[in-house]
Amino acid sequence: MSGAIDQQARLAAALAAGRPNPWPRRLWAAITLSVLVYAAISFELLGQKFVDGLPRLAGAAAMMVPPKGWHHLPEWLWALAETVAMAFLGTLIGALAAVPLGFACARNTLTIRIIQFGFRRFADSLRSLDHLIWAIVFVRAVGLGPLAGIMAIAIVDAGTLAKLYSEAIENIDRKPLDGVRSTGASGVETIRWALLPQVFPNMLASALYMWESNTRSATILGIVGAGGIGYQLSDRLRVYDWGEASTIILLILGAVYVIDFVSARLRSHLIRGG
Amino acid sequence: MSSASSAGSPAESRLAILLASELRRQRVRATTGALAFIGLVLLATEVGGFDLVRLIGGLPRIGEFLDLLVPPIRSDHLVEDVAEWYWGIGKWLRLLADTLLMAVLATALGTLIGALLSFPASANLARSAIGYWLSRRVLEFARAVPDLVFAIIFVFAFGLGPLAGVLAIALHTVGAQGKLFAEVNENIDMKPLEGVRAAGGSPREEIVYGVLPQVMPNWISFTFWRVELNVRSATIIGFVGAGGIGLELYEALRLSYYDDAGAILLIVAVTVFAIDWVSERLRGRIIEGTAA
Repeated sequence: MSGAIDQQARLAAALAAGRPNPWPRRLWAAITLSVLVYAAISFELLGQKFVDGLPRLAGAAAMMVPPKGWHHLPEWLWALAETVAMAFLGTLIGALAAVPLGFACARNTLTIRIIQFGFRRFADSLRSLDHLIWAIVFVRAVGLGPLAGIMAIAIVDAGTLAKLYSEAIENIDRKPLDGVRSTGASGVETIRWALLPQVFPNMLASALYMWESNTRSATILGIVGAGGIGYQLSDRLRVYDWGEASTIILLILGAVYVIDFVSARLRSHLIRGG
Repeated sequence: MSSASSAGSPAESRLAILLASELRRQRVRATTGALAFIGLVLLATEVGGFDLVRLIGGLPRIGEFLDLLVPPIRSDHLVEDVAEWYWGIGKWLRLLADTLLMAVLATALGTLIGALLSFPASANLARSAIGYWLSRRVLEFARAVPDLVFAIIFVFAFGLGPLAGVLAIALHTVGAQGKLFAEVNENIDMKPLEGVRAAGGSPREEIVYGVLPQVMPNWISFTFWRVELNVRSATIIGFVGAGGIGLELYEALRLSYYDDAGAILLIVAVTVFAIDWVSERLRGRIIEGTAA
């Protein structure tokens, strides 16, 4: 027993010895905490507004059971298919556009720093506005419907994936490059035979991950008229038709599970080196 | 030498046959995969109503739209014109500050609850099957429903304003963080936990001394990533009346006050830019700090 206590004390001492001065960290923690408390108070999270809302929330939740409106099912399933197709095509276009952009953003493939920096900021600006804002822009350009949603997803994805791709490209092992170059290969050949095999599985895994996340994003783009199930959902929620809204939410959950499952299987296949 | 090669040749030819059949199998699999993929693309093109002609026809209108967003600014009246464009800067900056506070508070709340739920939701740390099943389902639900949908429901319950937005983003964050954290938890080395237990540590001490040191760098990294995503969410959650600058932007677009919409979009983009930059720096520094 005393041995255990002794060991515990030694463990604690060993842990304490490795630590730097705790005070700067404590100061930052105090500042962060006071900002959070200020926000919680000013947004009335710690107040009557929150307490008053809980019974209303419980009322809405109670009206969501049982899910209703099953006679709309064919219409909703079609809208859901549209959503899934939007996410798939948007991710595909974004992922393809991100390949050249990713190479242009990587320090080791585009060695002219000013231009590389410019491309990186360009990619950042694509992903700095939310899907929904891009969707509004594209609804103006190409009209209501899923095409606007596809383009909104593609734009944000091109920016996000270009950043992820360029990080993967910058983190490669340089030795295969030197090896291929020493055989007299050209720049393009070096990229094809030494760089691409290293980054391709990574790129594909990132794209699949974005596909999952985009399926969830695509479910709401209909709110601004950019196609898919989001239009039906926001429409039912706006008129407080909780029963039908909960059916649509269940359908969305089902679709998201299926996509997550497929994507996770494909990704683990990729990582195992299929 | 010659005896070795004659002994090896049947084995070698068998190897060659095996290799050839493996290659053929791989080629068949690659071809079916490619065909299936092309089929999927065509199907999605049909269902998703992808129309290249309409897209190309619409592209000039994006230029016109972007042009509308910026009022004419004369180079000799630069200051006056920009000042007039940004006539609402005081109000917009206040709303932008609200937006950032919403994102930070929601991330903190969501990450805290998500972290707590990630322990019962990790297969290697779960103490009961019911707790595992239940926490998994809660996290999946919170993650799969977009925060904007939660926001519409919360605006009904809690009224217009940032409270609904904070709760909506926080709830979605619980799911997203809980799932990622649980994946990190499941990949840890279990030996330190056994060590703590052998030394007489309580379950709480197992978590504090056995799990947290292993998962912290990844958790912190995911949390910064989540702050960046939640800042974007907070900028649009106002579209449904749940606080922040989104409502102002939505109204400006709806009522065709394009100059205002442009001004707001620009400060939103710059802010998101700046937050990403700061977050990237901080993430690098803090993770180096915990690793040291």
